[in-house]
Amino acid sequence: MGERSAVIGIGQTKYDAKRIDVSMPGLVREAALAALADADLRWQDIDAVVVGKAPDMFEGVMMPELFLADALGAAGKPLLRVHTAGSVGGSTGIVASSLVESGVFERVLCVAFEKQSESNAMWALTVSTPFSVAVIAGAGGYFAPLIRAYIRRSGAPEDTGIRVAVKDRQNALKNPYAHVKIPGVTFDQVMASPMLWDPIRYLETCPSSDGACAMIFASENKAAKSPGKPAWVHATAMRSEPTMFAGRDQVNPLAGRMNAQDLYAKAGITNPRREIDCAEIYVPFSWFEPMWMETMGFAEEGQGWKMTYEGATALDGDLPVNMSGGVLSSNPIGASGLIRFAEAAMQVRGQAGEHQVDGVHKALGHAYGGGSQYFSTYIVADHKP
Amino acid sequence: MRDVAIVSFAQSAKARDQRNEVEILMPVVREAVKASGLPRTEIGFTCSGSSDYLQGQSFAFVGALDAVGAWPPIKESHVEMDGAWALYEAWIKIQTGDVDSALVYSFGKSSPGDIAEVLALQLDPYTVTPLWPDAHSLAALQARAFLEATGKSERDLAEVAVRSRRSAIGNPHAVVSGEFDVAKLLLEPCVSSPLRAHDLPPVTDGASALVMVAGERARKLCARPVWIRGIDHRIEPQGLGVRELARSASTEIAGAKAGVHKGRVDLAELHAPYSHQELILRAALGLGESVDVNPSGGALASHPLMAAGLVRIGEAALRLMARDGDRAVAHATQGPCLQQNLVCVLEGD
Repeated sequence: MGERSAVIGIGQTKYDAKRIDVSMPGLVREAALAALADADLRWQDIDAVVVGKAPDMFEGVMMPELFLADALGAAGKPLLRVHTAGSVGGSTGIVASSLVESGVFERVLCVAFEKQSESNAMWALTVSTPFSVAVIAGAGGYFAPLIRAYIRRSGAPEDTGIRVAVKDRQNALKNPYAHVKIPGVTFDQVMASPMLWDPIRYLETCPSSDGACAMIFASENKAAKSPGKPAWVHATAMRSEPTMFAGRDQVNPLAGRMNAQDLYAKAGITNPRREIDCAEIYVPFSWFEPMWMETMGFAEEGQGWKMTYEGATALDGDLPVNMSGGVLSSNPIGASGLIRFAEAAMQVRGQAGEHQVDGVHKALGHAYGGGSQYFSTYIVADHKP
Repeated sequence: MRDVAIVSFAQSAKARDQRNEVEILMPVVREAVKASGLPRTEIGFTCSGSSDYLQGQSFAFVGALDAVGAWPPIKESHVEMDGAWALYEAWIKIQTGDVDSALVYSFGKSSPGDIAEVLALQLDPYTVTPLWPDAHSLAALQARAFLEATGKSERDLAEVAVRSRRSAIGNPHAVVSGEFDVAKLLLEPCVSSPLRAHDLPPVTDGASALVMVAGERARKLCARPVWIRGIDHRIEPQGLGVRELARSASTEIAGAKAGVHKGRVDLAELHAPYSHQELILRAALGLGESVDVNPSGGALASHPLMAAGLVRIGEAALRLMARDGDRAVAHATQGPCLQQNLVCVLEGD
């Protein structure tokens, strides 16, 4: 790594099914202004802007960062638009941090968003083109067989996913920004919810949300001048692999495992379960919690479900996971990865309010996308690397 | 800053390519990687640029991973931008010290749809897109503002087109080239006044790829590596009413930050999809008559959208590798009426 980089500002919008009270510029500005306020900065203090979002068809605007440049105070500045499928939120944070790590810029604002109510994500994901094989299934239809394969391999009890959903939905009740909130949510309620894509039930799946998340990354020099407590970036990692080929392990993808190796090697971590205090992991369908626990090396292969079962991933467990309520509770797709990164930094900075975990020194943010093939992760801590 | 050099470049461009994007891309990537002399497994980072809306499909770039052989899994990223900005992200990645080399590629097929109409989707979806102003008409507004502000004429624009098409003779990737007569071209009807067909970019399908390497290793791989001495990019607000259309303020800033004026410029590859934009860009970058502008024929001869900006950098680099000059300026643009601009200063070793 080059120059040190730290998170000095975080802003989120309220996540909801339809934010009809704001336009797209209004939505991204809401998050950006909150991040600027958090860092006690103004637009002119920002050197460069990075915008991230998932497919443009989710809103029906081609390269919308062009028309959003004005709303994001980017006039006369560099602006980059990142798109790496569902992992894009994470990648957006990583690119913003790398602009600081490169030594070229000192304060970089990144904003990731999705305003799904402008279009129809299910349509946008199933458009077929004349030259390609179409997967007319949406995301749930694509991932359900992978979960089935995981259950068969690991012998995980069938109710593991329900337990994850109950935990995340309970955590969401403590998060003022969360979209889906079900007061008093119970195991029976999740179990009784309709089966959408076996074994994924309605309450085990993520919603479609409108929302934006913003973060400000700063150099060591600028972080020292920031009023808040910085969350220092200790490592970032990105890995990708092709969608389909014979023999590809989609349950525990090699790109995910290599991404974890890169990340821990850079951060000097040898025992992630012990050294990391909490993690925000991209879990759009409940079963992905145990699956990613294994890929990220928090559990041995086939053992991830035990962490959920034993309560290790609960807010009071030894490795709290998805303290914010996770993707299951708020899912503006393009922003979902950056929200994970933001939550990890909030935990380190002690900003997480009711869902704050005590004594967090080091936290991990994780995002994935495509057919479990794109991975973006980072580690932040309360001390310099 | 770490010294980073371009060591290879490859491209494909056709008026209408019947192959799909991956089929177009695969030989281009293979050629760029092979020419770099760097084993594929030693490429530290890969970054691409493309647009879902050209392919008419979400996650269009995901399939392109098949063209680069992302196995074992690679460190990779993608921008929904012209490939020139993918190069920028890769250059930044090398500056962080995380990696020492990068493969950059971009691709786009403009032929399946009406590209000028498709580009109306880049505008404000609440107030402007519903009026469906096509890209040629917006460029024509800018051309009119430029002619009125500078006193130049439609003949000056036609001369840019004639020179570009002449320069494109011998360029196998040009889709329009040859000797044309200014007076005859001016007899043609306007597509959108004051612009005629020769003032517009030709519809082009294509791809481009290059390999960059940091430090001494570049000299071992390439007879004359081309160093990136400065690179910067800037954006303007999109609203045409809040911009001075006859000049390019963002190019002026990017050019100054990239250090265009720090030395003599032998040649420039300017991404000017419309003839008048070349004149705006020359002024913004302060390029005098002595500079050989768009020796490849430029975007008026071949314009694979999303790849065309990276092509400018590649074309300039190839000329420096061939010792056709020592110092070059390459420029890329995207967005309506030169909204966003990147400037890169290149020097042959």
